[in-house]
Amino acid sequence: MTQQLEQPLTQEAAGSSAAGQPLIDIRNLNVHYGNFKAVGDVTFEIATHRITALIGPSGCGKSTVLRSINRMNDLIPTARVEGEILFHGENILSSGVDPVMVRRRIGMVFQKPNPFPKSIYDNVAWGAKVNGIRKGMDELVEWCLRSAALWDEVKDKLDQSGLALSGGQQQRLCIARALANNPDVILMDEPCSALDPISTLRIEDLMRELAKNYTITIVTHNMQQAARVSDQTVFFSLGENRMGVLVESSPTRDIFTNPRDSRTEDYITGRFG
Amino acid sequence: MSSPPILPKSTSLSDIGNLSRRQRIASIGKVVFLAATLLAVAALAVLLWYIFQRGWGWLSWGLLTNPPSRKPEKAGLSIAISGTLWIISLTLLVAFPMGVASAIFLEEYAPKNRWTRLLQINISNLAGVPSVVYGLLGLGIFVQWLDLGRVVLAGALTMALLSLPVIIISSQEALKAIPWSLREAAYGVGATRWQVTASHVLPAAVPGILTGVILAVSRAIGETAPLLVAGAAGFVTSKPSGFMDSYTTIPIQLYNWMSRPQTEFRDLAAAGIIVLLVLLISMNLIAIIVRQRFSSRTRW
Repeated sequence: MTQQLEQPLTQEAAGSSAAGQPLIDIRNLNVHYGNFKAVGDVTFEIATHRITALIGPSGCGKSTVLRSINRMNDLIPTARVEGEILFHGENILSSGVDPVMVRRRIGMVFQKPNPFPKSIYDNVAWGAKVNGIRKGMDELVEWCLRSAALWDEVKDKLDQSGLALSGGQQQRLCIARALANNPDVILMDEPCSALDPISTLRIEDLMRELAKNYTITIVTHNMQQAARVSDQTVFFSLGENRMGVLVESSPTRDIFTNPRDSRTEDYITGRFG
Repeated sequence: MSSPPILPKSTSLSDIGNLSRRQRIASIGKVVFLAATLLAVAALAVLLWYIFQRGWGWLSWGLLTNPPSRKPEKAGLSIAISGTLWIISLTLLVAFPMGVASAIFLEEYAPKNRWTRLLQINISNLAGVPSVVYGLLGLGIFVQWLDLGRVVLAGALTMALLSLPVIIISSQEALKAIPWSLREAAYGVGATRWQVTASHVLPAAVPGILTGVILAVSRAIGETAPLLVAGAAGFVTSKPSGFMDSYTTIPIQLYNWMSRPQTEFRDLAAAGIIVLLVLLISMNLIAIIVRQRFSSRTRW
Protein backbone atom coordinates (compact mmCIF):
# COMPACT_ATOMS: atom_id res chain seq x y z
CA MET A 1 0.00 0.00 0.00
CA THR A 2 2.96 2.24 0.61
CA GLN A 3 4.04 1.48 -2.90
CA GLN A 4 0.74 2.60 -4.39
CA LEU A 5 1.05 5.97 -2.78
CA GLU A 6 4.67 6.57 -3.61
CA GLN A 7 3.91 6.25 -7.26
CA PRO A 8 1.70 9.33 -7.85
CA LEU A 9 3.64 11.42 -5.36
CA THR A 10 7.00 11.02 -7.02
CA GLN A 11 5.43 11.31 -10.42
CA GLU A 12 3.99 14.68 -9.62
CA ALA A 13 7.28 15.82 -8.16
CA ALA A 14 9.05 14.76 -11.33
CA GLY A 15 6.37 16.50 -13.33
CA SER A 16 7.42 19.88 -11.94
CA SER A 17 10.80 21.35 -12.86
CA ALA A 18 13.79 19.08 -13.29
CA ALA A 19 16.29 18.76 -10.43
CA GLY A 20 18.73 21.65 -10.26
CA GLN A 21 16.52 23.98 -12.30
CA PRO A 22 15.27 27.13 -10.53
CA LEU A 23 11.91 26.55 -8.79
CA ILE A 24 11.59 29.75 -6.77
CA ASP A 25 12.87 33.03 -8.07
CA ILE A 26 13.05 35.81 -5.48
CA ARG A 27 13.43 39.25 -7.03
CA ASN A 28 13.99 42.56 -5.21
CA LEU A 29 12.36 41.40 -2.00
CA ASN A 30 11.83 44.17 0.57
CA VAL A 31 10.20 43.55 3.95
CA HIS A 32 9.12 46.28 6.37
CA TYR A 33 7.85 45.86 9.93
CA GLY A 34 6.04 49.14 10.50
CA ASN A 35 8.67 51.81 9.82
CA PHE A 36 11.58 49.41 10.15
CA LYS A 37 13.00 48.03 6.94
CA ALA A 38 14.03 44.50 7.91
CA VAL A 39 15.21 43.22 4.52
CA GLY A 40 16.35 45.25 1.53
CA ASP A 41 16.48 44.28 -2.12
CA VAL A 42 17.09 40.57 -1.82
CA THR A 43 17.40 38.57 -5.06
CA PHE A 44 18.28 34.88 -5.35
CA GLU A 45 17.01 31.59 -6.73
CA ILE A 46 16.07 28.30 -5.08
CA ALA A 47 16.77 25.22 -7.18
CA THR A 48 14.48 22.19 -7.51
CA HIS A 49 15.36 19.20 -5.28
CA ARG A 50 18.32 20.99 -3.78
CA ILE A 51 18.92 22.15 -0.23
CA THR A 52 19.42 25.88 0.01
CA ALA A 53 20.82 27.19 3.29
CA LEU A 54 20.27 30.77 4.42
CA ILE A 55 23.02 31.80 6.83
CA GLY A 56 24.16 35.00 8.50
CA PRO A 57 24.40 36.76 11.86
CA SER A 58 21.39 37.28 14.16
CA GLY A 59 18.87 39.85 12.99
CA CYS A 60 20.02 39.85 9.37
CA GLY A 61 16.56 38.92 8.09
CA LYS A 62 17.08 35.34 6.96
CA SER A 63 13.98 34.09 8.82
CA THR A 64 12.04 37.05 7.47
CA VAL A 65 12.98 36.07 3.92
CA LEU A 66 12.06 32.44 4.60
CA ARG A 67 8.67 33.43 6.03
CA SER A 68 7.95 35.61 3.01
CA ILE A 69 8.18 32.54 0.77
CA ASN A 70 5.04 30.92 2.24
CA ARG A 71 3.35 34.22 3.13
CA MET A 72 3.73 33.56 6.87
CA ASN A 73 4.52 37.26 7.28
CA ASP A 74 0.89 37.97 6.33
CA LEU A 75 0.00 36.95 9.88
CA ILE A 76 2.03 39.82 11.34
CA PRO A 77 -0.20 42.92 11.11
CA THR A 78 2.64 45.41 10.72
CA ALA A 79 4.59 43.45 8.10
CA ARG A 80 4.72 44.66 4.50
CA VAL A 81 6.32 42.49 1.84
CA GLU A 82 7.28 43.94 -1.56
CA GLY A 83 8.97 42.53 -4.61
CA GLU A 84 8.41 39.29 -6.45
CA ILE A 85 8.67 35.66 -5.46
CA LEU A 86 8.05 33.58 -8.56
CA PHE A 87 6.99 29.96 -8.03
CA HIS A 88 6.41 27.98 -11.24
CA GLY A 89 6.39 31.42 -12.86
CA GLU A 90 3.57 32.76 -10.64
CA ASN A 91 4.10 35.58 -8.15
CA ILE A 92 3.43 34.24 -4.65
CA LEU A 93 3.14 37.79 -3.30
CA SER A 94 0.47 38.88 -5.76
CA SER A 95 -2.74 39.95 -4.06
CA GLY A 96 -4.75 37.52 -6.19
CA VAL A 97 -2.93 34.54 -4.67
CA ASP A 98 -4.52 32.99 -1.57
CA PRO A 99 -1.83 32.49 1.08
CA VAL A 100 -3.63 29.31 2.20
CA MET A 101 -2.87 27.72 -1.19
CA VAL A 102 0.75 28.93 -0.99
CA ARG A 103 1.20 27.23 2.37
CA ARG A 104 -0.33 24.01 1.12
CA ARG A 105 2.29 23.92 -1.68
CA ILE A 106 5.15 25.24 0.43
CA GLY A 107 5.27 23.53 3.82
CA MET A 108 7.09 24.73 6.90
CA VAL A 109 8.98 23.34 9.87
CA PHE A 110 9.52 25.74 12.74
CA GLN A 111 12.39 26.51 15.09
CA LYS A 112 10.77 25.05 18.17
CA PRO A 113 9.02 21.74 17.54
CA ASN A 114 5.31 22.60 17.65
CA PRO A 115 3.21 19.47 17.24
CA PHE A 116 -0.53 19.92 17.71
CA PRO A 117 -1.74 18.90 21.17
CA LYS A 118 -3.37 15.90 19.49
CA SER A 119 -2.47 12.29 18.80
CA ILE A 120 0.53 11.46 16.61
CA TYR A 121 -1.90 10.18 13.97
CA ASP A 122 -3.98 13.37 13.96
CA ASN A 123 -0.85 15.53 13.83
CA VAL A 124 -0.05 14.07 10.42
CA ALA A 125 -3.62 13.60 9.20
CA TRP A 126 -5.01 17.05 10.02
CA GLY A 127 -3.24 18.98 7.27
CA ALA A 128 -4.40 16.51 4.63
CA LYS A 129 -7.90 16.53 6.11
CA VAL A 130 -8.31 20.30 5.89
CA ASN A 131 -7.18 20.10 2.29
CA GLY A 132 -9.98 17.69 1.49
CA ILE A 133 -8.41 14.22 1.66
CA ARG A 134 -10.84 11.67 3.16
CA LYS A 135 -9.89 8.19 2.00
CA GLY A 136 -6.69 6.24 2.58
CA MET A 137 -5.70 8.33 5.57
CA ASP A 138 -4.08 5.38 7.40
CA GLU A 139 -1.81 4.74 4.44
CA LEU A 140 -0.97 8.42 4.09
CA VAL A 141 -0.07 8.74 7.79
CA GLU A 142 2.16 5.67 7.57
CA TRP A 143 3.82 6.94 4.39
CA CYS A 144 4.53 10.37 5.93
CA LEU A 145 5.89 8.90 9.14
CA ARG A 146 8.10 6.50 7.19
CA SER A 147 9.36 9.33 4.99
CA ALA A 148 10.17 11.31 8.12
CA ALA A 149 12.08 8.31 9.57
CA LEU A 150 9.74 8.17 12.56
CA TRP A 151 7.46 5.22 11.77
CA ASP A 152 9.40 2.52 13.61
CA GLU A 153 9.50 4.58 16.79
CA VAL A 154 5.80 5.48 16.90
CA LYS A 155 3.90 2.78 14.98
CA ASP A 156 2.64 1.19 18.23
CA LYS A 157 1.49 4.44 19.82
CA LEU A 158 -0.17 6.45 17.08
CA ASP A 159 -2.98 7.51 19.41
CA GLN A 160 -0.62 9.00 21.99
CA SER A 161 -0.07 12.74 22.19
CA GLY A 162 2.53 14.15 19.81
CA LEU A 163 3.83 16.17 22.74
CA ALA A 164 4.82 13.03 24.63
CA LEU A 165 7.67 12.43 22.13
CA SER A 166 11.25 13.63 22.61
CA GLY A 167 12.31 16.94 21.04
CA GLY A 168 13.98 15.29 18.05
CA GLN A 169 11.01 12.98 17.48
CA GLN A 170 8.63 15.95 17.73
CA GLN A 171 10.59 17.76 15.04
CA ARG A 172 10.46 14.70 12.77
CA LEU A 173 6.72 14.53 13.48
CA CYS A 174 6.49 18.15 12.31
CA ILE A 175 8.34 17.15 9.13
CA ALA A 176 5.90 14.26 8.63
CA ARG A 177 3.05 16.74 9.13
CA ALA A 178 4.51 18.99 6.42
CA LEU A 179 4.82 15.99 4.04
CA ALA A 180 1.14 15.11 4.38
CA ASN A 181 0.22 17.84 1.89
CA ASN A 182 2.81 16.58 -0.59
CA PRO A 183 4.33 20.05 -0.90
CA ASP A 184 6.84 21.06 -3.57
CA VAL A 185 8.96 22.95 -1.08
CA ILE A 186 9.70 22.53 2.62
CA LEU A 187 10.92 25.59 4.49
CA MET A 188 12.83 24.92 7.71
CA ASP A 189 13.46 27.74 10.16
CA GLU A 190 16.43 26.67 12.29
CA PRO A 191 14.87 23.24 12.74
CA CYS A 192 17.70 21.89 14.92
CA SER A 193 18.40 24.83 17.21
CA ALA A 194 16.38 23.28 20.05
CA LEU A 195 17.81 19.78 19.56
CA ASP A 196 20.80 17.81 20.87
CA PRO A 197 23.64 16.82 18.46
CA ILE A 198 22.38 13.26 17.89
CA SER A 199 18.85 14.42 17.02
CA THR A 200 20.37 17.13 14.84
CA LEU A 201 22.31 14.55 12.83
CA ARG A 202 19.17 12.47 12.33
CA ILE A 203 17.30 15.50 10.99
CA GLU A 204 20.22 16.34 8.70
CA ASP A 205 20.28 12.79 7.31
CA LEU A 206 16.54 13.06 6.82
CA MET A 207 16.93 16.35 4.91
CA ARG A 208 19.39 14.73 2.49
CA GLU A 209 16.94 11.89 1.98
CA LEU A 210 13.98 14.23 1.45
CA ALA A 211 15.89 16.39 -1.03
CA LYS A 212 15.48 13.56 -3.56
CA ASN A 213 11.79 14.41 -3.82
CA TYR A 214 11.43 17.87 -2.30
CA THR A 215 13.02 21.26 -2.56
CA ILE A 216 14.31 22.30 0.85
CA THR A 217 15.25 25.72 2.14
CA ILE A 218 16.74 25.94 5.60
CA VAL A 219 17.68 28.84 7.84
CA THR A 220 20.53 27.93 10.14
CA HIS A 221 22.80 29.60 12.64
CA ASN A 222 25.11 26.68 12.42
CA MET A 223 27.66 27.06 9.60
CA GLN A 224 28.82 23.47 9.94
CA GLN A 225 25.23 22.43 9.35
CA ALA A 226 25.04 24.55 6.21
CA ALA A 227 28.31 23.05 5.03
CA ARG A 228 27.18 19.49 5.83
CA VAL A 229 23.72 19.46 4.27
CA SER A 230 23.26 22.23 1.75
CA ASP A 231 23.96 22.45 -1.98
CA GLN A 232 23.59 26.20 -2.23
CA THR A 233 24.34 28.76 0.48
CA VAL A 234 22.93 32.26 0.66
CA PHE A 235 24.80 34.58 2.99
CA PHE A 236 23.01 37.55 4.56
CA SER A 237 24.54 40.36 6.55
CA LEU A 238 23.51 43.59 8.23
CA GLY A 239 23.58 46.71 6.10
CA GLU A 240 22.76 50.31 6.95
CA ASN A 241 20.17 50.94 9.67
CA ARG A 242 20.31 47.28 10.74
CA MET A 243 18.68 46.28 7.48
CA GLY A 244 19.31 42.74 6.27
CA VAL A 245 21.03 42.47 2.89
CA LEU A 246 22.07 39.57 0.73
CA VAL A 247 25.84 39.36 0.35
CA GLU A 248 26.24 36.37 -1.89
CA SER A 249 24.52 33.23 -3.09
CA SER A 250 26.92 30.53 -4.23
CA PRO A 251 27.26 26.75 -4.32
CA THR A 252 28.04 25.67 -0.76
CA ARG A 253 31.39 24.17 -1.80
CA ASP A 254 32.53 27.54 -3.17
CA ILE A 255 31.24 29.68 -0.34
CA PHE A 256 33.19 27.73 2.26
CA THR A 257 36.40 27.36 0.24
CA ASN A 258 36.43 30.35 -2.02
CA PRO A 259 33.97 33.07 -0.99
CA ARG A 260 33.59 35.94 -3.42
CA ASP A 261 32.90 38.59 -0.80
CA SER A 262 35.24 39.53 2.03
CA ARG A 263 32.26 39.80 4.45
CA THR A 264 31.38 36.17 3.74
CA GLU A 265 34.96 35.15 4.39
CA ASP A 266 35.02 37.08 7.68
CA TYR A 267 31.82 35.35 8.79
CA ILE A 268 32.64 31.78 7.87
CA THR A 269 36.14 32.01 9.30
CA GLY A 270 34.58 33.15 12.57
CA ARG A 271 35.91 36.70 12.63
CA PHE A 272 32.41 38.01 13.41
CA GLY A 273 28.84 36.87 13.87
CA MET B 1 36.33 58.16 40.34
CA SER B 2 35.46 56.55 43.69
CA SER B 3 35.87 52.81 44.08
CA PRO B 4 32.71 50.76 43.40
CA PRO B 5 30.89 49.10 46.34
CA ILE B 6 32.25 45.56 45.95
CA LEU B 7 30.86 42.85 48.25
CA PRO B 8 33.55 41.41 50.56
CA LYS B 9 34.86 37.90 49.85
CA SER B 10 34.54 35.35 52.63
CA THR B 11 35.81 31.83 53.28
CA SER B 12 32.89 30.93 55.54
CA LEU B 13 29.24 30.36 54.70
CA SER B 14 27.99 32.16 57.82
CA ASP B 15 26.07 35.38 57.25
CA ILE B 16 28.29 38.42 56.87
CA GLY B 17 25.86 40.68 55.03
CA ASN B 18 22.16 41.43 55.20
CA LEU B 19 20.91 37.88 54.73
CA SER B 20 19.28 37.53 58.15
CA ARG B 21 17.33 40.72 57.56
CA ARG B 22 16.15 39.57 54.13
CA GLN B 23 15.08 36.21 55.55
CA ARG B 24 13.17 37.97 58.36
CA ILE B 25 11.21 39.97 55.78
CA ALA B 26 10.51 36.79 53.85
CA SER B 27 9.05 35.07 56.92
CA ILE B 28 6.90 38.10 57.77
CA GLY B 29 5.54 37.94 54.25
CA LYS B 30 4.56 34.31 54.73
CA VAL B 31 2.63 35.13 57.93
CA VAL B 32 0.80 38.07 56.31
CA PHE B 33 -0.31 36.07 53.27
CA LEU B 34 -1.40 33.11 55.37
CA ALA B 35 -3.39 35.42 57.64
CA ALA B 36 -5.14 37.02 54.68
CA THR B 37 -6.14 33.61 53.35
CA LEU B 38 -7.32 32.37 56.74
CA LEU B 39 -9.35 35.53 57.35
CA ALA B 40 -11.21 35.08 54.06
CA VAL B 41 -11.89 31.42 54.75
CA ALA B 42 -12.94 32.19 58.34
CA ALA B 43 -15.44 34.84 57.22
CA LEU B 44 -16.98 32.36 54.81
CA ALA B 45 -17.08 29.67 57.51
CA VAL B 46 -18.85 31.99 59.96
CA LEU B 47 -21.43 32.92 57.35
CA LEU B 48 -22.07 29.29 56.45
CA TRP B 49 -22.28 28.29 60.11
CA TYR B 50 -24.80 31.07 60.82
CA ILE B 51 -26.96 30.17 57.85
CA PHE B 52 -26.92 26.44 58.50
CA GLN B 53 -27.77 27.03 62.16
CA ARG B 54 -30.81 29.10 61.32
CA GLY B 55 -31.92 27.32 58.21
CA TRP B 56 -31.15 23.64 58.79
CA GLY B 57 -34.33 22.97 60.75
CA TRP B 58 -36.46 24.51 57.99
CA LEU B 59 -35.04 22.40 55.21
CA SER B 60 -37.76 20.09 53.97
CA TRP B 61 -39.10 18.59 50.79
CA GLY B 62 -41.92 21.08 50.96
CA LEU B 63 -39.48 23.97 50.70
CA LEU B 64 -38.62 22.72 47.21
CA THR B 65 -42.12 21.79 46.09
CA ASN B 66 -44.49 24.29 47.70
CA PRO B 67 -45.56 27.57 46.13
CA PRO B 68 -45.19 30.76 48.17
CA SER B 69 -47.64 31.21 51.02
CA ARG B 70 -48.46 33.60 53.80
CA LYS B 71 -47.77 30.88 56.36
CA PRO B 72 -44.06 30.13 56.74
CA GLU B 73 -44.60 26.40 57.39
CA LYS B 74 -46.45 26.11 54.06
CA ALA B 75 -44.26 28.47 52.00
CA GLY B 76 -41.89 27.01 49.42
CA LEU B 77 -39.51 27.91 46.62
CA SER B 78 -40.92 25.81 43.79
CA ILE B 79 -41.92 28.76 41.65
CA ALA B 80 -38.74 30.71 42.36
CA ILE B 81 -36.57 27.66 41.55
CA SER B 82 -38.38 27.20 38.27
CA GLY B 83 -37.99 30.94 37.53
CA THR B 84 -34.26 30.84 38.29
CA LEU B 85 -33.76 27.81 36.03
CA TRP B 86 -35.67 29.53 33.22
CA ILE B 87 -33.71 32.75 33.57
CA ILE B 88 -30.34 31.03 33.80
CA SER B 89 -30.88 28.70 30.85
CA LEU B 90 -32.10 31.50 28.64
CA THR B 91 -29.28 33.79 29.79
CA LEU B 92 -26.74 31.08 28.94
CA LEU B 93 -28.38 30.44 25.59
CA VAL B 94 -27.95 34.10 24.65
CA ALA B 95 -24.76 35.17 26.44
CA PHE B 96 -22.56 32.09 25.91
CA PRO B 97 -22.54 31.96 22.09
CA MET B 98 -22.55 35.74 21.77
CA GLY B 99 -19.76 36.21 24.30
CA VAL B 100 -17.51 33.52 22.85
CA ALA B 101 -18.14 34.71 19.31
CA SER B 102 -17.27 38.29 20.28
CA ALA B 103 -14.09 37.08 21.96
CA ILE B 104 -13.11 35.09 18.86
CA PHE B 105 -13.71 38.11 16.67
CA LEU B 106 -11.67 40.42 18.89
CA GLU B 107 -8.76 38.01 19.34
CA GLU B 108 -8.55 36.11 16.07
CA TYR B 109 -10.11 38.33 13.41
CA ALA B 110 -10.20 42.02 14.34
CA PRO B 111 -7.27 44.21 13.34
CA LYS B 112 -5.51 45.88 16.24
CA ASN B 113 -6.35 49.52 15.64
CA ARG B 114 -7.84 52.53 17.43
CA TRP B 115 -11.43 51.29 17.02
CA THR B 116 -10.86 47.83 18.43
CA ARG B 117 -8.89 49.36 21.31
CA LEU B 118 -11.83 51.65 22.04
CA LEU B 119 -14.17 48.66 21.89
CA GLN B 120 -11.90 46.78 24.27
CA ILE B 121 -11.83 49.59 26.82
CA ASN B 122 -15.62 49.83 26.67
CA ILE B 123 -16.06 46.13 27.31
CA SER B 124 -13.73 46.32 30.31
CA ASN B 125 -15.71 49.25 31.68
CA LEU B 126 -19.00 47.43 31.15
CA ALA B 127 -17.74 44.58 33.32
CA GLY B 128 -17.44 47.05 36.17
CA VAL B 129 -20.84 48.72 35.84
CA PRO B 130 -23.06 48.10 38.94
CA SER B 131 -25.65 45.42 38.25
CA VAL B 132 -28.59 47.65 39.15
CA VAL B 133 -27.70 49.84 36.18
CA TYR B 134 -28.19 46.80 33.93
CA GLY B 135 -31.55 46.37 35.62
CA LEU B 136 -32.54 49.92 34.68
CA LEU B 137 -31.29 49.34 31.14
CA GLY B 138 -33.33 46.14 30.91
CA LEU B 139 -36.39 47.93 32.25
CA GLY B 140 -35.94 50.74 29.72
CA ILE B 141 -35.14 48.64 26.65
CA PHE B 142 -36.72 45.22 27.01
CA VAL B 143 -39.66 45.80 29.34
CA GLN B 144 -40.82 49.20 28.15
CA TRP B 145 -39.35 50.14 24.75
CA LEU B 146 -39.64 46.66 23.19
CA ASP B 147 -42.77 46.29 25.29
CA LEU B 148 -42.02 42.73 26.34
CA GLY B 149 -43.43 43.38 29.78
CA ARG B 150 -42.21 41.92 33.07
CA VAL B 151 -41.53 38.49 31.65
CA VAL B 152 -38.86 35.76 31.63
CA LEU B 153 -37.45 36.89 28.27
CA ALA B 154 -36.89 40.48 29.43
CA GLY B 155 -35.22 39.25 32.63
CA ALA B 156 -33.00 36.79 30.79
CA LEU B 157 -31.91 39.38 28.21
CA THR B 158 -31.04 41.76 31.05
CA MET B 159 -28.98 39.03 32.72
CA ALA B 160 -27.33 38.22 29.39
CA LEU B 161 -26.22 41.87 29.08
CA LEU B 162 -24.85 41.68 32.60
CA SER B 163 -22.91 38.47 31.93
CA LEU B 164 -21.60 39.33 28.45
CA PRO B 165 -18.62 41.52 29.38
CA VAL B 166 -17.32 38.96 31.88
CA ILE B 167 -17.74 36.12 29.38
CA ILE B 168 -16.08 38.12 26.59
CA ILE B 169 -13.11 39.19 28.68
CA SER B 170 -12.44 35.78 30.20
CA SER B 171 -12.83 34.07 26.81
CA GLN B 172 -10.38 36.57 25.32
CA GLU B 173 -7.89 35.80 28.07
CA ALA B 174 -8.31 32.08 27.39
CA LEU B 175 -7.69 32.62 23.66
CA LYS B 176 -4.70 34.85 24.35
CA ALA B 177 -3.13 32.11 26.47
CA ILE B 178 -2.95 29.75 23.47
CA PRO B 179 0.64 29.95 22.18
CA TRP B 180 1.19 31.60 18.81
CA SER B 181 3.26 28.58 17.73
CA LEU B 182 0.09 26.46 17.67
CA ARG B 183 -1.58 28.86 15.24
CA GLU B 184 1.59 28.97 13.10
CA ALA B 185 1.68 25.19 12.96
CA ALA B 186 -1.91 25.05 11.73
CA TYR B 187 -1.54 27.90 9.22
CA GLY B 188 1.67 26.22 8.04
CA VAL B 189 -0.18 23.18 6.66
CA GLY B 190 -2.56 25.32 4.63
CA ALA B 191 -5.49 25.84 6.97
CA THR B 192 -7.85 28.79 6.75
CA ARG B 193 -8.34 31.13 9.67
CA TRP B 194 -11.58 29.44 10.63
CA GLN B 195 -10.01 25.97 10.46
CA VAL B 196 -7.15 27.13 12.68
CA THR B 197 -9.58 28.67 15.16
CA ALA B 198 -12.16 25.89 15.21
CA SER B 199 -9.79 22.91 15.25
CA HIS B 200 -6.93 24.12 17.42
CA VAL B 201 -7.33 27.45 19.17
CA LEU B 202 -10.90 27.04 20.41
CA PRO B 203 -10.61 23.45 21.73
CA ALA B 204 -7.42 24.37 23.57
CA ALA B 205 -9.14 27.43 25.04
CA VAL B 206 -12.36 25.67 26.15
CA PRO B 207 -11.27 25.04 29.76
CA GLY B 208 -10.41 28.71 30.22
CA ILE B 209 -13.58 29.87 28.50
CA LEU B 210 -15.76 27.62 30.68
CA THR B 211 -14.11 28.98 33.82
CA GLY B 212 -15.22 32.46 32.79
CA VAL B 213 -18.72 31.27 31.98
CA ILE B 214 -19.00 29.56 35.37
CA LEU B 215 -18.03 32.80 37.07
CA ALA B 216 -20.45 34.89 35.06
CA VAL B 217 -23.38 32.52 35.53
CA SER B 218 -22.71 32.06 39.23
CA ARG B 219 -22.86 35.80 39.58
CA ALA B 220 -26.09 35.95 37.58
CA ILE B 221 -27.78 33.26 39.71
CA GLY B 222 -27.16 35.23 42.86
CA GLU B 223 -28.14 38.64 41.48
CA THR B 224 -31.20 40.31 43.00
CA ALA B 225 -31.03 43.99 42.15
CA PRO B 226 -31.22 43.95 38.32
CA LEU B 227 -34.19 41.58 38.23
CA LEU B 228 -35.93 43.48 41.00
CA VAL B 229 -35.71 46.55 38.79
CA ALA B 230 -36.30 44.82 35.46
CA GLY B 231 -39.47 43.15 36.45
CA ALA B 232 -39.31 39.97 38.50
CA ALA B 233 -42.57 39.78 40.41
CA GLY B 234 -42.54 39.57 44.19
CA PHE B 235 -45.45 37.19 44.37
CA VAL B 236 -46.16 34.73 41.58
CA THR B 237 -48.45 31.78 42.04
CA SER B 238 -47.60 29.64 39.02
CA LYS B 239 -44.38 28.47 37.41
CA PRO B 240 -43.45 30.18 34.15
CA SER B 241 -44.26 27.93 31.21
CA GLY B 242 -42.78 30.10 28.46
CA PHE B 243 -40.64 33.14 27.61
CA MET B 244 -43.55 35.51 28.01
CA ASP B 245 -44.69 34.50 31.50
CA SER B 246 -44.11 36.48 34.67
CA TYR B 247 -41.54 34.99 37.02
CA THR B 248 -39.65 35.33 40.24
CA THR B 249 -36.23 33.96 41.17
CA ILE B 250 -34.74 32.41 44.30
CA PRO B 251 -32.81 35.53 45.46
CA ILE B 252 -35.90 37.67 45.00
CA GLN B 253 -38.09 35.24 46.92
CA LEU B 254 -35.50 35.21 49.72
CA TYR B 255 -35.31 39.00 49.70
CA ASN B 256 -39.06 39.05 49.97
CA TRP B 257 -39.07 36.64 52.92
CA MET B 258 -36.37 38.51 54.74
CA SER B 259 -38.34 41.72 54.66
CA ARG B 260 -41.31 40.06 56.43
CA PRO B 261 -41.81 40.79 60.16
CA GLN B 262 -42.03 37.13 61.28
CA THR B 263 -38.72 35.58 62.39
CA GLU B 264 -39.89 32.24 60.93
CA PHE B 265 -39.68 33.72 57.45
CA ARG B 266 -36.11 34.80 58.08
CA ASP B 267 -35.21 31.27 59.16
CA LEU B 268 -36.96 30.04 56.06
CA ALA B 269 -34.82 32.46 54.01
CA ALA B 270 -31.70 30.92 55.57
CA ALA B 271 -32.92 27.51 54.42
CA GLY B 272 -33.52 29.02 50.98
CA ILE B 273 -29.95 30.25 50.90
CA ILE B 274 -28.80 26.68 51.46
CA VAL B 275 -30.92 25.62 48.48
CA LEU B 276 -29.38 28.40 46.37
CA LEU B 277 -25.88 27.32 47.44
CA VAL B 278 -26.56 23.70 46.51
CA LEU B 279 -27.90 24.80 43.12
CA LEU B 280 -24.83 26.93 42.51
CA ILE B 281 -22.40 24.23 43.54
CA SER B 282 -24.10 21.61 41.39
CA MET B 283 -24.04 23.90 38.35
CA ASN B 284 -20.35 24.58 38.89
CA LEU B 285 -19.76 20.86 39.25
CA ILE B 286 -21.38 20.20 35.88
CA ALA B 287 -19.21 22.87 34.29
CA ILE B 288 -16.07 21.43 35.87
CA ILE B 289 -16.92 17.97 34.53
CA VAL B 290 -17.45 19.39 31.03
CA ARG B 291 -14.17 21.27 31.34
CA GLN B 292 -12.30 18.13 32.37
CA ARG B 293 -13.74 16.30 29.38
CA PHE B 294 -12.40 18.94 27.04
CA SER B 295 -8.98 19.18 28.66
CA SER B 296 -8.46 15.46 28.24
CA ARG B 297 -9.42 15.69 24.58
CA THR B 298 -6.58 18.15 23.99
CA ARG B 299 -3.47 16.05 24.53
CA TRP B 300 -0.94 18.46 25.92
